[in-house]
Amino acid sequence: MISPETSRLALSRRSFIKTAATVTAATIIQTTSSESADAGPITIIDTNVSLGQWPFRHENLADTSALVAKLRQQGATQAWVGSLDALLHKDISAVNVRLAEECKQTGGGLLTPVGALNPMLPGWEEDLRRCVEVHQMPGIRLHPNYHGYKLGDAIFERVLQLAEERNLLVQISVIMEDERTIHPLVNVPATDTAPLSNALAKFPKVRLQLLNAFRTLRGLPVLSLAAHGVSFEIAMLEGVNGVANLLEKLPADRLCFGSHAPLFYFESAKLKLQESLLSELQMRALSSNNAFRLISRA
Amino acid sequence: MIWDLHCHLSGVTGATPEECMGQLIAIADRMGIERLCVYMGMKWSQDPEPDDLRRQNDEVLQAITRFPDRTFGFVYLNPKHLEVSLAELERCVAKGPMVGVKLWVAKHCNAPELDPIIKRAAELKAVIFQHTWFKVGANYPGESTPSDFVELAERHPSVPFICGHTGGDWERGIRAIRHLRSVYADLAGSDPVAGFTEMAVRELGAERVIYGSDAGGRSFASQLGKVYGANIPEAARKLILGENLKRLMLPILKAKGIKI
Repeated sequence: MISPETSRLALSRRSFIKTAATVTAATIIQTTSSESADAGPITIIDTNVSLGQWPFRHENLADTSALVAKLRQQGATQAWVGSLDALLHKDISAVNVRLAEECKQTGGGLLTPVGALNPMLPGWEEDLRRCVEVHQMPGIRLHPNYHGYKLGDAIFERVLQLAEERNLLVQISVIMEDERTIHPLVNVPATDTAPLSNALAKFPKVRLQLLNAFRTLRGLPVLSLAAHGVSFEIAMLEGVNGVANLLEKLPADRLCFGSHAPLFYFESAKLKLQESLLSELQMRALSSNNAFRLISRA
Repeated sequence: MIWDLHCHLSGVTGATPEECMGQLIAIADRMGIERLCVYMGMKWSQDPEPDDLRRQNDEVLQAITRFPDRTFGFVYLNPKHLEVSLAELERCVAKGPMVGVKLWVAKHCNAPELDPIIKRAAELKAVIFQHTWFKVGANYPGESTPSDFVELAERHPSVPFICGHTGGDWERGIRAIRHLRSVYADLAGSDPVAGFTEMAVRELGAERVIYGSDAGGRSFASQLGKVYGANIPEAARKLILGENLKRLMLPILKAKGIKI
């Protein structure tokens, strides 16, 4: 079980936002709430982080120590991390061993490993068993578009069934990058989430979060999936005042913080909390409380 | 000081241009953004007919007139309608309050029809912004790539240009424009992929990189994240966030007597 540590780096609401950037003195942090701005520490649980090297570009934060330092500096107290090796490697068992060891040895108590699973590989159920029993991972992260299956396939239902039995959090990465700039020889389409509602109806106890969803998923389908219990994160949420606009329709307990670091600048996600005028309750829910609730049931 | 090169009325809450502009400014205030360059109307068209072009420019005029101390307007032109575009340039920039030119996707920008527009815009000292994308799939029919853009810029070597979106696929876009000292890179309107700003500074020099957001379609936050998150010197960050754009705009601001 993971606790929402309120470490020495936990920040007050005001300093929490200010560390995202050296914003100008003209910047005023506003809230729609009358609650005290310094009522207690607001921490960040970043639900969308990866370890390793992106195959197509050198990442400044590919080194785990540097990534952890960055996350700490920005006020994160916990990060759920998958492995970039999971996208293309076939020895997923080894990917998960390295992920677990790296989190343990270099994570400084901040990194929570989320296991890779490719159900198109022979023996994948053993990988899932090891995620739970060997590595004590609270969840699995899926890349259906990279691994070649659809969310309407029977194999995906089997994954959900096992995840439900094992009480695992399931993260599905809808995309990893903008389809317009993807490497032409690895032209991976976004995962189609349309069949997801039907699949979830069969496994209502599964806790599922979509990562990088908002580039391709907007409007009513988002609300429909939320009604089936799906959670989201904000890494690819765009549009001015985007978080506040989304929360006018989306239940407040369905949205988590996610940065997509190190592929994206962490500051992008954090500054979104400044751009939208959020109540104290919304800010806390989005920053950490929703994620904590999501993973605490694992 | 933060000046945003790249803002729109579209995608912002409001029934009128003034309402949209007011809303955009209120949100910009939360991010410490002092000035916003705005172009194109509340409802866009990729290949606007003359009436639509005038309507969209009218909407921007309404918006910036209401907030003259916070906004700069760029006139939206369509090279397919050259005479109308030149007339709009006169109406909105030479005789009006606008200070720049926005060229979008109606026609590839290497077409000779753009030359009279560039020539007149340069006479007026207007800032020239050309949208570009390198898409892995297909560009829009008239959508320019940075390579098209380079052809245009090379025909007008003494005129400063801004390469909109730096081609979107910025690793290719930066390479395309780096040999042209008169060309600036716009950071706006793509995902906040780590490394963009560092590469732009390394290959172009910080003095050729300009922050923009592409709000309201994009968030201010995601695009500011490209600058605040970049591993670059503080002096470079200041240039990118506002000083470069200010320097680029000073000639026309002075010519028009606009104080900043």
